[in-house]
Amino acid sequence: MADELLPSRAEQVQAFLGRTPFAQEIGMRCEVMGDEMTAIMPFQQKLIGNFTIQALHGGAIAAFLELTAMAQVYLVTEHLERPPRPINITIDYLRQGHAKDTFARATITKMGRRMCSVRAEAWQDERSKPVTSLLAHFKVSGD
Amino acid sequence: MEDDATPTLEPWQVMGENLEIMTGGIPWGRRMSFRVTKLEKGRVWGVQPWKERLVGDPDTGVIHGGVLTSFLDNLSGMAASSSLEKARFVSTLDLRIDYMRPAEPHREILGEAECYHITRNVCFTHAWAYHESRDKVIAAAAGAFAINKPRSVESLRKF
Repeated sequence: MADELLPSRAEQVQAFLGRTPFAQEIGMRCEVMGDEMTAIMPFQQKLIGNFTIQALHGGAIAAFLELTAMAQVYLVTEHLERPPRPINITIDYLRQGHAKDTFARATITKMGRRMCSVRAEAWQDERSKPVTSLLAHFKVSGD
Repeated sequence: MEDDATPTLEPWQVMGENLEIMTGGIPWGRRMSFRVTKLEKGRVWGVQPWKERLVGDPDTGVIHGGVLTSFLDNLSGMAASSSLEKARFVSTLDLRIDYMRPAEPHREILGEAECYHITRNVCFTHAWAYHESRDKVIAAAAGAFAINKPRSVESLRKF
């Protein structure tokens, strides 16, 4: 009974995104399916980095991927009271991001006791043609 | 033939005269509110103010790492293009950010980027974000930028 009253981890992830100003700033939403999730960053004019070619700013996509990776790790680390802190990230800009909605998914490559390694990819029209990919390490030991 | 009477300015000199347009002309840069404060050939300094809407941790008020990524990406790109002899755009190939310590809430963050090596097609950069000095770095970045086709120096003025 008591379990039903506690918010599920999926609800906690959604609540965290909902009350984080920067996640709201980039307009990020996510859809959780069990231990998997897909994040969505709907197009907004303010995300543009280059007027002339109407391309999304690389920094906006990188921030979206970092939040996606963080949310994915938080989703599966029930022992953590707060979302994990990033140690480092590497962003690979593969293609230009166009003025349209962007989607992302993250995969945990290795979950250790203190750290974990995550890969995330952002795409627009085709999942098989990623716009940007990210490799990140997060601290998963509670402080 | 070079016209000796009117010395041509190098790209970094034109960029240095137009610092406000360089970031103000980019919607995402304006939204992040970062500014470039000083520019030399291959070296750029900037400020990222603290803003409520950039907070990544609602419990502490610390701004999100993604804000630093955008800031250091932009500064690094400018350091790269300012190091070139001809006016060219550069595009980020990859960028690695190490988060050394959390930023303090409600404080502006200073940034600095340098282009330390150039090849025919690629610029390599280092960048740092800190509150007071490089001795106490919040985040450090290493980047590689692809050099695009040349453009007129004039076009840098109306970025």
